[in-house]
Amino acid sequence: MQLDQLYQEIILDHYKHPHGRGLRDADDPGDQVAEAHHVNPTCGDEVTVRVATDGDVLHDISYDGMGCSISQASASVLHELLRGRGAGEAFQVHEAFVELMSGRGQVTPDEDVLGDGVAFAGVARYPARVKCALLPWMAFKDAAARAGVGVSPEVKA
Amino acid sequence: MTSIAIPPGMPQYDDVPRYDVARVRADFPILDREINGHPLVYLDSANTSHKPRQVLDVLGEHYALHNANVSRSVHTLGTEATEAYEGARAKVAAFISARSTDEVVFTKNSTEAINIVAYAFSNASLRPDGDPRFRLGPGDEVVISEMEHHSNIVPWQLLCERTGATLRWFPVTDQGRLDESGLEDLVTERTKIVSLVHMSNILGTVNATSRITARVREVGALLLLDCSQSVPHLPIDVVDLDADYIVFTGHKMCGPTGIGVLWGRGELLAAMPPVFGGGSMIETVTMARSTFAAPPARFEAGTPPIAEAVALGAAVDYLTGIGMRAIQWHEKELTAYALEALGSVRDLRIFGPTVPVGRGGTISFALGDVHPHDVGQVLDSLGVQVRVGHHCAKPVCSRFGVPAMTRASFYLYTTTEEIDALVAGLEQVRKVFD
Repeated sequence: MQLDQLYQEIILDHYKHPHGRGLRDADDPGDQVAEAHHVNPTCGDEVTVRVATDGDVLHDISYDGMGCSISQASASVLHELLRGRGAGEAFQVHEAFVELMSGRGQVTPDEDVLGDGVAFAGVARYPARVKCALLPWMAFKDAAARAGVGVSPEVKA
Repeated sequence: MTSIAIPPGMPQYDDVPRYDVARVRADFPILDREINGHPLVYLDSANTSHKPRQVLDVLGEHYALHNANVSRSVHTLGTEATEAYEGARAKVAAFISARSTDEVVFTKNSTEAINIVAYAFSNASLRPDGDPRFRLGPGDEVVISEMEHHSNIVPWQLLCERTGATLRWFPVTDQGRLDESGLEDLVTERTKIVSLVHMSNILGTVNATSRITARVREVGALLLLDCSQSVPHLPIDVVDLDADYIVFTGHKMCGPTGIGVLWGRGELLAAMPPVFGGGSMIETVTMARSTFAAPPARFEAGTPPIAEAVALGAAVDYLTGIGMRAIQWHEKELTAYALEALGSVRDLRIFGPTVPVGRGGTISFALGDVHPHDVGQVLDSLGVQVRVGHHCAKPVCSRFGVPAMTRASFYLYTTTEEIDALVAGLEQVRKVFD
């Protein structure tokens, strides 16, 4: 297996220079704010994702955590892709990312939808690492549901 | 300089047993594999060991030639299977110097063995006529340590929940040794059982147990040693160890998965109530009640892992043929080599003892800030197989303030070249993440 397919420059860059890291309060006091803390019990990776939303737009997605390059870069990409998006649109991106990660490397990602998330296509070939990449996305889904947007708060990777 | 002469007939300093590692490696088919275009460098034997052809052959032959259920058939195959199964028990008993073959209970693994003891305590606690040594209630205490594998933590937490007893534990020092300074306060007349790891699966520490055993005897408690990591690597003599129970597992000692051992003092096993009910563990059964077989059968309900037990017997033969003293010495040399080699890697922090004394060939470390998952992934791309994560010992990770560790662990087939490959791989990790 080619290591550089897994550790793409984009991923390493997000890992070394994370975007929007750190949990933040909502700028707008009227926003619903909720968070979810997810762990990967097999390796001890942890991430907390916090969503601030007025019910339509995800005004902020902030996060904190500790873990491997894949899980932390994934949180950074999540923040960048979904912050400021409408909830419906955000969940389409979410769905596309989950589909990519569940595809065992057989899914061709759409860069228009997934942006830097396409760099994770290689991760899907490493079953042991798929959970790392999905960790912040699953935490996001729970946090969003708790903030009143999304589908179900019970989604697990 | 004064030189001290060792009396003739005693072991001399240079009297170190050796074996040919290349010949041993030839017994393990998997060691010929390539991983990601590189020769396999397997440094994960603390997780599970590989199996030599001698063991694989016995496993296959059992099914091909002697397959039948045990302890219930008069036919020839049944007799052969029973003899093979009980023969394996005798081999295991001899391997750990048990006083009697009946002291060896076959289980699924170490985890099941510990749970059997914990549930026997639980069951005894429910019965008014239960043996007082096993009866637990509020005010009684169970003592473990911060160094335990989850399998020697959770069963005791659950037992304490069921009985109202209190769980206490030995802390771990900064050097990764058991902190015995509070022994007198920790192990007291309230203590019913002390359950400790003999060799840590994460720090590599081999615990010196004699002070603890003495204290356990003084207060009249019982002592269980989790020998999952020591029985495969060191000569173990249960009489010398002076424990009440030891547990270990077959797959870490060249045997198959699905077979483990609970050794207990004969009179203790005889006094313990059963845990699993079913076939083979009974004396007689009526619709109203049953009476139970003597140990070890009392604790082996249902058809046991017969072929696995027989193959474990073959593993014991294999290890004995090479010699546990020789294996111990080989790993001691490897550990000394690895500690020095890893010590030369920039920004590498070893968790646990950094000297090859009172420790085995299992070394956990951190490489700068690089997450162990990433370390393991890069190493894997070079064929180097290490374990990353919390190693089912999360309290140890917390103790040292990290969420996870990278662990290299050695066995009788490990070579210094493989340790060199690890060190070279770590330089590669650095290149990717620096």
